[in-house]
Amino acid sequence: MIHFVILISRQGKVRLTKWYSPYSQKERTKVIRELSGLILTRAPKLCNFVEWKGYKVVYRRYASLYFCMGIDADDNELEILEIIHHFVEILDRYFGSVCELDLIFNFHKAYYILDEILIAGELQESSKKTVARLIAAQDSLVETAQEQANSISNMIAQATK
Amino acid sequence: MALSGMRGLSVFISDVRNCQNKEQERLRIDKELGNIRTRFKNEKGLTPYEKKKYVWKMLYIYMLGYDVDFGHMEAISLISAPKYPEKQVGYIVTSCLLNENHDFLRVVINAVRNDIIGRNETFQCLALTMVGNIGGKEFAESLAPDVQRLLISSSCRPLVRKKAALCLLRLYRKNPDVVNIDGWSDCMSQLLDERDLGVLTSVMSLFVALVSNNNEAYRNCLPKCVKILERLARNQDIPQEYTYYGIPSPWLQVKTTKALQYFPTVEDPNTRRALFEVLQRILMGTDVVKNVNKNNASHAVLFEALALVMHLDAEKEMMSQCVALLGKFIAVREPNIRYLGLENMTRMLLITDVQDIIKRHQTQILTSLKDPDISIRRRALDLLYGMCDVTNAKDIVEELLQYLSTADFAMREELALKAAILAEKFAPDLSWYVDVILQLIDKAGDFVSDDIWYRVVQFVTNNEDLQPYAAAKAREYLDKPALHETMVKVSAYILGEYSHLLARRPGCRPKEIFAIINEKLPKVSKPTVAILLSTYAKIMMHTQPPYPELQEQIWAIFRKYESYIDVEIQQRAVEYFVLSRKGAALVDVLAEMPKFPERQSALLKKAEDAEVDTADQSAIKLRSQQQTSNALVVTDQQHVNGSILGNQLGLVKMPSQKMEASTHNQGLTKENGAVSKVDPEPTPSADLLGDLLGPLAMEGPPAAPVSGEKNMISALEATPDAAGALALATVGDQSNSVQPIVNIAERFHALCLQDSGVLYEDPYIQIGIKAEWRAHHGHLVLFLGNKNTSPLLSVRALILPPSHLKMELSLVPETIPPRAQVQCLLEVVNLRASRDVAVLDFLYKFGTAVVSVKLQLPAVLNKFLRPISVSAEEFFPQWNSLSGPPLKLQEVVRGVKPMSLLEMANLFASLHLGVIPGLDTNPNNLVSCTGFYSEGTRAMLCLIRVETDPSDRTQLRITIASGDPTLTFELKEFIKEHLVNIPMSTHAPAPAPAPAPAPAAVPLQPQSPITPAGYTDPGVMLAGLL
Repeated sequence: MIHFVILISRQGKVRLTKWYSPYSQKERTKVIRELSGLILTRAPKLCNFVEWKGYKVVYRRYASLYFCMGIDADDNELEILEIIHHFVEILDRYFGSVCELDLIFNFHKAYYILDEILIAGELQESSKKTVARLIAAQDSLVETAQEQANSISNMIAQATK
Repeated sequence: MALSGMRGLSVFISDVRNCQNKEQERLRIDKELGNIRTRFKNEKGLTPYEKKKYVWKMLYIYMLGYDVDFGHMEAISLISAPKYPEKQVGYIVTSCLLNENHDFLRVVINAVRNDIIGRNETFQCLALTMVGNIGGKEFAESLAPDVQRLLISSSCRPLVRKKAALCLLRLYRKNPDVVNIDGWSDCMSQLLDERDLGVLTSVMSLFVALVSNNNEAYRNCLPKCVKILERLARNQDIPQEYTYYGIPSPWLQVKTTKALQYFPTVEDPNTRRALFEVLQRILMGTDVVKNVNKNNASHAVLFEALALVMHLDAEKEMMSQCVALLGKFIAVREPNIRYLGLENMTRMLLITDVQDIIKRHQTQILTSLKDPDISIRRRALDLLYGMCDVTNAKDIVEELLQYLSTADFAMREELALKAAILAEKFAPDLSWYVDVILQLIDKAGDFVSDDIWYRVVQFVTNNEDLQPYAAAKAREYLDKPALHETMVKVSAYILGEYSHLLARRPGCRPKEIFAIINEKLPKVSKPTVAILLSTYAKIMMHTQPPYPELQEQIWAIFRKYESYIDVEIQQRAVEYFVLSRKGAALVDVLAEMPKFPERQSALLKKAEDAEVDTADQSAIKLRSQQQTSNALVVTDQQHVNGSILGNQLGLVKMPSQKMEASTHNQGLTKENGAVSKVDPEPTPSADLLGDLLGPLAMEGPPAAPVSGEKNMISALEATPDAAGALALATVGDQSNSVQPIVNIAERFHALCLQDSGVLYEDPYIQIGIKAEWRAHHGHLVLFLGNKNTSPLLSVRALILPPSHLKMELSLVPETIPPRAQVQCLLEVVNLRASRDVAVLDFLYKFGTAVVSVKLQLPAVLNKFLRPISVSAEEFFPQWNSLSGPPLKLQEVVRGVKPMSLLEMANLFASLHLGVIPGLDTNPNNLVSCTGFYSEGTRAMLCLIRVETDPSDRTQLRITIASGDPTLTFELKEFIKEHLVNIPMSTHAPAPAPAPAPAPAAVPLQPQSPITPAGYTDPGVMLAGLL
């Protein structure tokens, strides 16, 4: 299973973290620190796997951003590598040619999308279309609720005038 | 975009991004946290929108690595909000901020359950997602039935059911009982008929977990899995959106193939045929293509198929087809495929038939050992290690040796160890083994642990045929310039024992052997000097009748070291000198070493212990299970218990009359140790000893650093610098030429009395310590300061705690940057009273120098004492109630360092023994009271009285009482150590300063009880009670 997902920039800034195994705050910080030391220093054109403390970390770099997933030693590395790409393609489709800034200012969106792809450290949905549909539905739910709230507050505002 | 409304959040994020440095960022974050805190305090005024915004900010701050220790409740409370936007935020933020063990989660179980069983599909999804991501045991117990119901419900839409499947998987992992085995396999079988591939993917993950625990129960599902594979592999009826770069859901294929690996066999012939057809298609039909993603996806499926073929033990033809594929993979350009090819080949070693086919790829694997990627090099090394046997050992080991000189530092130690093990296991002949180990030491001496050279000595000693060869080889190496010190050690040792076997060869007369070894003497470190002295003694022993000239030379060296600062060396020099004058008796005393009892190779054990390998079928594990097929003759004897080693290995035939010759008790053990030990390491740590005893039983009895309570005093009296034992313990084991520039023993002693200061310093590093002690807890910070302009590498710090302390050291970075100081936290918990001392085993590399030191840590008894001031009314009842041994102990101590009462009171104060003035009327006496803290005893009162004799300041009588016999004893010994001996040999007992006025003014009085004067006088009462 996937134990954690970490998005980290080339400068070592954390852009997203998601933990599917129980790590304490202290352990989370430690994992991030050790892995950034290990992964950010790797030269290009090496393989996408590093062995780390009995786990494997599958990582992939997109422009300035590293997507890392920690998995068990007997998991299928290539499968995880393509889950990363699957995630990136969905982000790309949602934001329209996604870049790091999108993920910084809309980090909560990234969390929503990740939750539609992975649960319990396992792949939930492999169809990009389905994920896109679900996210769009969520967005519209939020918008309608907001519009409603606005109209209600308008009504109240008018009533109290 | 939908988030347009969150302006405050965007502004905050840009603010943080615009910060110029960490300090500014910190300020901005603190400000925001303060703001959020005040807003949350006054919750009534918050609109749902604001609440949402603040909760997101909290998550953002948390993600940046800052502690957010409030507001969790606010995030959680959003879960119960009636509207979707708030609920969504509540669920997501909670699952990011908290982990399953957080207490707050209990609060929402009910709200979550209401969402799960409610009618609102979107709420169901949110709740299932959170439980699937952070649900713990309690969630499992209360929610599993509801989640199961959703999964099998026909009225639920796929988007709910796929979440329910993974949520159930999470709950099942937390508590396997939640999935009812009876009947559930039928449900599972139906679920595997699912047409929606999203749901099927999730269900398959659940299925893998279930079947891995109990394949028997799900046997009925096996044909279904094969059907799914067929459907996918033939690309029948797969919606376009579920293909990935043209491949029908590679993830589902991988998962299904994995599930099949949990069934022992496929019995039904039709199913088996169908399955093999699919597998054959995957094996043959996968090509390397240009598109990376397509390549990865198809190979993910392929590697899983390979694993299944291996598992099913297909016919040989298919197997060799697999090996051929792997052989192709390990030579491709794509690094991922190379890595996986090597990894899977290692797994394949489990299958006996194919090992020969794998060997055909040996050359390619050896090339991978030089791959630019360390991940790949690791796999190659592991595979080579696994595939090595008698037939190819020579090639592989020699290749490893060659690689050693260019390998990166991170791998050298592992490489050296593995080469040594393979050489030992598969040596075609013994002389080759000796060659390999000597080459290993020659090429990578810094990375050859002592275990490795101990082991070669052990083999040489146990195999007579080998001795002349080994001696000749050792002699050859000595001619080389710039020899590694380990090589000096092993050569000197072997030549000491066996050089007489070479006597007729040129350049091998005793005189010449001595001369060439003696050339090395000025350049080696202390432990090696000790070995060389033993070698000289052995050379003398072998040249009977003695050559006067040689004898004179050796005697001159012994005499030179007679007063050497290192006690071990000094002792050897003195004793060898005396022994060598005993003429023919010398031959008896220094006879050749007997054979070592055989035992499991400590190296192999070490490799298993150091197992950091991640491949699940690592070659190391395979190795340890394999039978040795080695050429090395080992007679398997009983395992020798370490504790009786000293006697069992009477390495030296020690005639009994010699016993008297040795001075006294303590001396005997010492001498025994000196003659027999090759590598003197009277280390206080049992662990270390065990380690050393493992490979070579060359140790004398453990040198009992703080051993005998009984002979403590006598030892202290006999050897004025009993501190030598201490000094030896700290530096004895150094194999490095870097010498400390502070007196380690002195520093340790100083830090026993104060809480911060320098513990160790050499030209490269300074180790400082700062300690805080609270009750039975200690909080130490180690400051590791690099003094150079280049980094210190391979830094390693190990704590060897005595049994009475629990110690935990935070992570020590492997590298200390130039001129940098790193801090490491060390937490200490005191379990009970003991005088044993914790040791810091510290190692680093600077350039080519490896520096290793063992430092005693000042986490000593007095650190857990707190002075207590009590009145006479409180003191006497306590003193009275603790009557006689073992709770109250009294002892007359002689040989006390002369000091005035004032000095003694100061010493007591620095030991945290609170002196209470005026309690004892006799001004020559001291009374003190302190509390001792340990986990076992909590706070324990200790009362101490010292009676001094003004006419003889070198003796006193001490009485100690406490509620715990061990504590009383340990405290008494501890105080004695500080009164009797200042563990610094340099200027120890400073000439007694001018007698302080206090004792001088008092008329001389015997220390026996004063005549009872009045019972109101506490001092008199005290005296009466004693």
